Amino acid sequence: MIRIITFLSTFLVFSFGSAYADPKKVGFIYIGPPGDHGWTYMHDVGRKYMESQLGDSITTTYLENIPENADAVRAIRKLADSGHDLIFTTSFNYMDQTHEVAKDFPDIKFEHATGYIQADNVATYSARFYEGRMIEGHIAGHMTETNTIGYIASFPIPEVVRGINAFYLAAAKVNPDIKMKIIWVFTWYDPGKEADAANTLINQGADIIVQHTDTYAPCQAAQKAGVYAFGQASNQEEFCPDAHLTSIEDIWGPYYAARAKAVVDGTWSSGDTWDGMDKGMVVMSPYNNKLMPASLIQEAVNMEVGIKDGTIHPFTGPIYNQAGELVVPEGEVAPDGMLLGMNFYVQGIDGEVPQ
Amino acid sequence: MNFDLILGILQIVLIATTPLVFAGIGELVTEKSGVLNLGVEGMMLVGAVSAFIILVITGSYFLAFFVSIISGIIMSGLFAFLVLFLMSNQIATGLALTIFGIGLSSMLGKQYIGTPIDGLSPWFFVIFSFLIVFLVSYFFYKTKAGLILRAVGESHNSAHALGYSVIKIRFLSILFGGSMCALAGSYISICYAPMWQEGMTAGRGWIALALVVFATWKPERVLIGAYIFGGVTILQMNLQALGLRFPGQFFSMAPYIATIIVLVLISSNKLRIKLSAPASLTIPFYKGR
Repeated sequence: MIRIITFLSTFLVFSFGSAYADPKKVGFIYIGPPGDHGWTYMHDVGRKYMESQLGDSITTTYLENIPENADAVRAIRKLADSGHDLIFTTSFNYMDQTHEVAKDFPDIKFEHATGYIQADNVATYSARFYEGRMIEGHIAGHMTETNTIGYIASFPIPEVVRGINAFYLAAAKVNPDIKMKIIWVFTWYDPGKEADAANTLINQGADIIVQHTDTYAPCQAAQKAGVYAFGQASNQEEFCPDAHLTSIEDIWGPYYAARAKAVVDGTWSSGDTWDGMDKGMVVMSPYNNKLMPASLIQEAVNMEVGIKDGTIHPFTGPIYNQAGELVVPEGEVAPDGMLLGMNFYVQGIDGEVPQ
Repeated sequence: MNFDLILGILQIVLIATTPLVFAGIGELVTEKSGVLNLGVEGMMLVGAVSAFIILVITGSYFLAFFVSIISGIIMSGLFAFLVLFLMSNQIATGLALTIFGIGLSSMLGKQYIGTPIDGLSPWFFVIFSFLIVFLVSYFFYKTKAGLILRAVGESHNSAHALGYSVIKIRFLSILFGGSMCALAGSYISICYAPMWQEGMTAGRGWIALALVVFATWKPERVLIGAYIFGGVTILQMNLQALGLRFPGQFFSMAPYIATIIVLVLISSNKLRIKLSAPASLTIPFYKGR
């Protein structure tokens, strides 16, 4: 009896709801938990922003901690089967899984973060984080005393390699003696391992820690050891106030809101979006004025202005690869195609990109 | 290489390996009594989150670790009740315990994510981890109670016939395992990476399980194995940072490969597996049969 009542009431609510307005369902696939204060956290902030902007015209769902393997297919399919109209898959290695499911659901729109393959119903989007890496590199070049930078990298994909190169090019410009020590941890999310990597780098003489992983463990390790660090994805200053110079913040909200609005209005179309500081998708956290001289903060702010108006590009030639070949000629900037597929270190970085 | 560098590496290895030692030795005692508890990861997470929450609320490190160990006892007590009294399948129950622990810890810790705390120095626990291995080893091979525990794990029917309470001994062993796993978890969230993040143990519970097999159920080999597993990880990081060509992926999977090799080796010789693996492992005990 209770079941019948529940069924009827659900039915009534739904039919009334749809009579009034048909809310579009927007789903998200997260690689980590929304509480990582890093990558996934910022996507969740974006999701909430989208909700606040679109109000009753959408409802959102998210599935967290979805590994980048066959489980992802199951998770994406689950969202598709349960009537979602728009699905965001928020990690690079969901690429094949997203396309696999998208093929079977041509009426559902998919958005794959940091990917590079589109389809009629699969759009891709990413942010030009490397613009922020350039500013970090510039700051690091000035702030380091040991001329050694410790860089914690996750997986050898173009996005991460691009960040390393942008950072190094800017750092080497102000400080030609700079050395990069890079540890690939092969995980996005393992606070213990990230702390180990940070401590290893500090032990080997790094006095600035840069990370491309998702938790604030490296920044905490830097704080404890008394060296500097850059946060990742969100402002992490409260966790390491004496180490944190700045962070690159990922601001997804406006993009998410615009894409969801397009689905509501029926104007959604596939495409590739790669926005940077000019569109506000990449934002620098407040520069730490307790640790950095005012003149350096001013330089960083000026760089932001230059990047926004297009007068500064992190990959401006001449740029050489490790073999000494000229890859970007003097006076030119690297084309997006090269940046999207970047899998080599620039000249001056030791070691090689793991294959 | 200079002395400071090596000393630094050693420190990082010690700090990184300690949780594996705690969880490994706890699971070893459980398995020695003839029970396989696959819930290590879940118990570690619940231990980690309860220690963190208590520390945030009370500010007392002692209470944090105390409550954490209690949480491990409750979690493993639940497991013990299911497998010892209701005779549920140990493998399935253990897996369920891990899944339960992951969910429970996420739920409990939701509002504590990103709360900054002051971490505790790990050195007391590093020393304690060595001590506990020594104590377990002494208990197993130098005391009567240890002999009884091992007998229960080898042949519960014989132990029962001799008048020992198989259920009680197994119950206590499971509780010890649970409390050690919770301690490992709280060490991670309070000392190692002072924060609470969902799933922050990141598979260390499974490495601890592999470790027990790798150690062929010998306490001191758990210690050695843990330091091989932990040392290899830190060593490859150092080699990478020195700019040497290095297959980092290979070393990430090294612990599991080593475990598979050990499994193959001990299963290739029936006598050797009889000598090492507790003969009654995973077999439920029915009183009066």
